Amino acid sequence: MQRPILEVSHLKKYFDVRGGIFGKKVGEVKAVDDVSFTVHEGEILGIVGESGCGKSTTGKTILRLIEPTEGEIKFEGQDITSLNYEAMRKLRRDMQIIFQDPYASLNPRHTVEKIISEPLLIHGMNKQERKSRVRELLEVVGLSSYHASRYPHQFSGGQRQRIGIARALANHPKLIICDEPVSALDVSVQSQILNLMESLRDQFNLTYVFIAHDLSVVKHISDRVGVMYLGRLVELTDKDKLYDDPKHPYTKALLSAVPLPDPDVEKERIILEGDVPSPSNPPTGCAFHTRCPMAMDICKDIRPSFEQVEVNHFVACHLYSDPAQ
Amino acid sequence: MKIKEKNPKLNQNNNNPIDQQMEQDDIQVTSPWKDSLRQLRKNRFAIAGLIIILFFVLLAIFAPLLTSYAYDKTDIVNRLQPPSGEHWFGTDDVGRDIFTRIAYGARISLQVGIFAVSGALLFGTILGIVAGYYGRWIDMVISRVFDILLAFPSILLAIAIVAILGSSLENALIAIAIVNIPIFGRLIRSKVISLREEEFVMAAKAQGMKNGRIILHHILPNSVAPIIVQATLSFGTAILEAAALGFLGLGAQPPTPEWGAMLAGSRDFIQLAPWTLIFPGVSIMLVVLGFNLIGDGLRDALDPKMKN
Repeated sequence: MQRPILEVSHLKKYFDVRGGIFGKKVGEVKAVDDVSFTVHEGEILGIVGESGCGKSTTGKTILRLIEPTEGEIKFEGQDITSLNYEAMRKLRRDMQIIFQDPYASLNPRHTVEKIISEPLLIHGMNKQERKSRVRELLEVVGLSSYHASRYPHQFSGGQRQRIGIARALANHPKLIICDEPVSALDVSVQSQILNLMESLRDQFNLTYVFIAHDLSVVKHISDRVGVMYLGRLVELTDKDKLYDDPKHPYTKALLSAVPLPDPDVEKERIILEGDVPSPSNPPTGCAFHTRCPMAMDICKDIRPSFEQVEVNHFVACHLYSDPAQ
Repeated sequence: MKIKEKNPKLNQNNNNPIDQQMEQDDIQVTSPWKDSLRQLRKNRFAIAGLIIILFFVLLAIFAPLLTSYAYDKTDIVNRLQPPSGEHWFGTDDVGRDIFTRIAYGARISLQVGIFAVSGALLFGTILGIVAGYYGRWIDMVISRVFDILLAFPSILLAIAIVAILGSSLENALIAIAIVNIPIFGRLIRSKVISLREEEFVMAAKAQGMKNGRIILHHILPNSVAPIIVQATLSFGTAILEAAALGFLGLGAQPPTPEWGAMLAGSRDFIQLAPWTLIFPGVSIMLVVLGFNLIGDGLRDALDPKMKN
């Protein structure tokens, strides 16, 4: 198959919880708890999960916008967790991010021209080249060159997201982390942006890690999909396999919640009981055992390892683990 | 919003099509600053404040042209004269023309405002940004120093500083600047902390921008609004503090026509010659009022969220 562009292994991000008068550490929130996956060149890996399950933190930690607590992130075979400030800064042109909120991710005091040309400037491109590149980028994302002199507040959400995409594309990145890029947009605009992102992928041979909470969006765009629950990856496989033959009980419950556009179809809806446990005090063993309809005794004590149960189908669940272990 | 499409071929032939487009476009390209300015122009109180300040600025600039007297020329024969055609605001206890002294005093007060505020602004901004952006122990150190400075009543602290440095207008100015540093510093620190978490700052970091550039191009331009407002309000406070120090004899020394010192010098004649106090007093009040009105107007125009 294609060569891996990004290899994440045992990534952890714990946020300290401080309290008391002296700001002593009183606990930690396990936002990302031992996550491993590989992204191949040219593919779109979707990551889904409920809000607060750590998918955005995973995305930002991969780019070291949030420093990981533990684990290894290999980008094109190079471990980036140990890179110093300057080396990391240089590498950033190859790995970009598109943010969730197109209203917050553009500096309100800068014109579009400045927003898009800034990444070019800091990686050393002269003024004339920058100007033509900005115009080229605007056309690529479906805006016009005369938009360059305007300010973000003069655009709609979808247009702003296009500006954000143009900025991410500026330095010909190889990998783009898409942190819920369409969840702040109208449904009609969502499909436009998704189609744009797909065509850009083909045009520029990009690799996406596509983070979303909307299962239908992920199904539309991804090649493979990973499901996260409480900071852990519970299932990871090809898109079709995941949607047709989900293994993990959580994935099953999640998929049963997707509405079907046919009122006559009787669907068995798996209703999960209770709330998502707090990531500052996750359950022992399998994080899902408190709500799992198929929980066994072993689930309370031993955390299931993330294993390949079929070809390209990884699951972290005792139902599928080797009984010999 | 209606967008008038231009012939794209026409654009390409042009050397600077984007700028050209900006002028021709139907949409007004408005920067956030221009919007704020328009907002300010609608505020009557702010305009009133502006007129007051403009009046004093002109008075200060054209002082030598407006009066034929010298501010330190004594004239014992004509001492404590009431306002008249010859002496518009009357004369003081040694026969100096009060209008002349008010006009030259305006120079001093405005200078005090400019230098004290810019000094406090400069150091306060630097310290506030360092504390807010880098956080951790450096934030702890700077914030605690600010807390200590703010724990003193400002005039007491200014008196202490002047007592150490010796009483003169320059030292009073330094003292007022120091007293105002934590006010700016805290304001900017809190603004920087909230901006640091903004997605566009994270985006800047993701692009590989250096910290210095992030601060100068992303953090600072977005924290300018509260800084301008605070600077304007502090202008008034600084003038008031300088007058207070002058009144206590710790600021400008006679015969400098500093308004606070003028008040102190005329204290004994309050019943005999009230004009010797009224005019400097009213001047102080008007200048401070003017700056406060502008400051309030600017706050409403620049940062609508700050409106109570």
